[in-house]
Amino acid sequence: MNLARRRRLAVFGLTAPAYLWLVLTIFLPLSAMLFFSFLTQAPFGGRQAELTLGQYGAFLDKAFYRTLAWRSLELGVYVTLGCVAIGYPAALALAKHVKGRWREALFLLIVLPFWSNALVRTFSWTMVLRGDGLVDRAVQAVFPGAPSFALLFTYPAIVIGLVHAFVPYMILTCYISLQAIDDSLIEAARSLGASAWAVFRRIILPLSIPGLCAGVVLIFVPAIGSFMEPRILGGPAGIMLGTVIEDQFTMVFNWPLGAALSFILLAIVLAILALAYPLLRRSLQVA
Amino acid sequence: MRRGWAWAINGYLAAVLGFLYLPIAVMMVMAFNQSSLYELPVRFDTVWFEALARNDRLLRASLNSVLLALANTVVATVLGTMAALAFARYRFRGRALLQLLLFPPITIPWLIIGTSMLVLFFWIGIGRGLHAMLLGHVALSLPYVIVVVAARLKSFGPALEEAAATLGASPWQTFWRVSAPVMAPGVVAAALFAFAVSFDQFVISYFLAAPGVSTLPVEIYSAIRKGFTPEINAVSTIIILVSMGIMLLVARFYRFGGER
Repeated sequence: MNLARRRRLAVFGLTAPAYLWLVLTIFLPLSAMLFFSFLTQAPFGGRQAELTLGQYGAFLDKAFYRTLAWRSLELGVYVTLGCVAIGYPAALALAKHVKGRWREALFLLIVLPFWSNALVRTFSWTMVLRGDGLVDRAVQAVFPGAPSFALLFTYPAIVIGLVHAFVPYMILTCYISLQAIDDSLIEAARSLGASAWAVFRRIILPLSIPGLCAGVVLIFVPAIGSFMEPRILGGPAGIMLGTVIEDQFTMVFNWPLGAALSFILLAIVLAILALAYPLLRRSLQVA
Repeated sequence: MRRGWAWAINGYLAAVLGFLYLPIAVMMVMAFNQSSLYELPVRFDTVWFEALARNDRLLRASLNSVLLALANTVVATVLGTMAALAFARYRFRGRALLQLLLFPPITIPWLIIGTSMLVLFFWIGIGRGLHAMLLGHVALSLPYVIVVVAARLKSFGPALEEAAATLGASPWQTFWRVSAPVMAPGVVAAALFAFAVSFDQFVISYFLAAPGVSTLPVEIYSAIRKGFTPEINAVSTIIILVSMGIMLLVARFYRFGGER
């Protein structure tokens, strides 16, 4: 056996199991879903399904679904803006202000909750935001006699929960590009008379744009596809594209409609990812 | 002026940490509160943990979660490490494409992936249940394992392996005596990662759960939707401590966020 052939065999043998697995669990299911989205009904139990564009037609015809898609996008924008507003300054402080072991410890503390159960963290907000919860009590303590103040099952509650879920992502991606900025660049600008604001606007911000964009994409995409957070924190105010898709598969059992709505969501997601791919590629470089 | 700034910055970071940990802290305190209506002041009691120990549904779901996470760890770590070896040690055609294919499992919302799996698995007869969840969890873990292990392999380069081969070691010997020990920290970190991914996974499990066969997050979700029960606080407290403990272990083996 010659060397080239042995190398090819080795590469094939090493990669084939992982990629066969991904084909079976990611790419085939997505194809099946695409097929289902063109059916009149799910072809189970001997029912006859015909090909149709009707599921997508429903999306175009009924204002309800378009409003849903719009609501989900809007939610994504609010959540992303919240994460930028909270996360970017924190990343900047961490990268350029905190030093040594403190930075290490703080960094770990910030990413730690990100890797714990999202469902549990969402649930924990219900105890803070409900009437007579922590926020309500704080308000009552500051303004005695104020009307009961319950944020739970309102739109802001969903935004708070999702910002809490995703802000470590923003801090992580911004921190990585901010700490790569050479301090001597900043010192040079300062010694030449640039104000702190000018340094930020002309050096720090432009050089951290890749991290900022990566964070924005990595947050916006899951935020528009969220269903569990709107369900738990939003109650009736939490009807989003994601929750309606969930209903189609778990309550209504209209799988073709659910599939079509999923693909509309996926099309939005893929458009965003395609736009951001040049920026994202570096953060997922394998070797 | 400068000192004022330093205080403001430290205060800001403290506030961000407060925001991140406040709800978790409230939940943990409530897990030890005697009142089922979250009444204050807190009266310390372990009654909810005792109730948890008698809750067969939650216990069975916990066992499922742990078994699933263990199986996922083994499969994802083995398959992922193999693929990472190919990426780190060989230049081959289609390499860029294979790297690109790692994106979908982690960038497409889980809602879409989960429902797609439900559709296909139901359609071709794989069905729902723990085996279907295992298929899904491994798919989500693979990209993380591959990236983490490949990063480790890249950091020491093929020089050691080439030296071993030149000195007459067989490929098998080279792997077990040279490559394996050097990449071990990366593999351990990846395995812990895979465990955490599976143990915390809710969305995929939710759509692939069969009646009577579920995992802890799925049980918690249905309990939350039926109405709040303080036992959920107790089990959630345990879950948070377990996953944070695992991530602290990962941090021992793998460095987050570049140079320190």
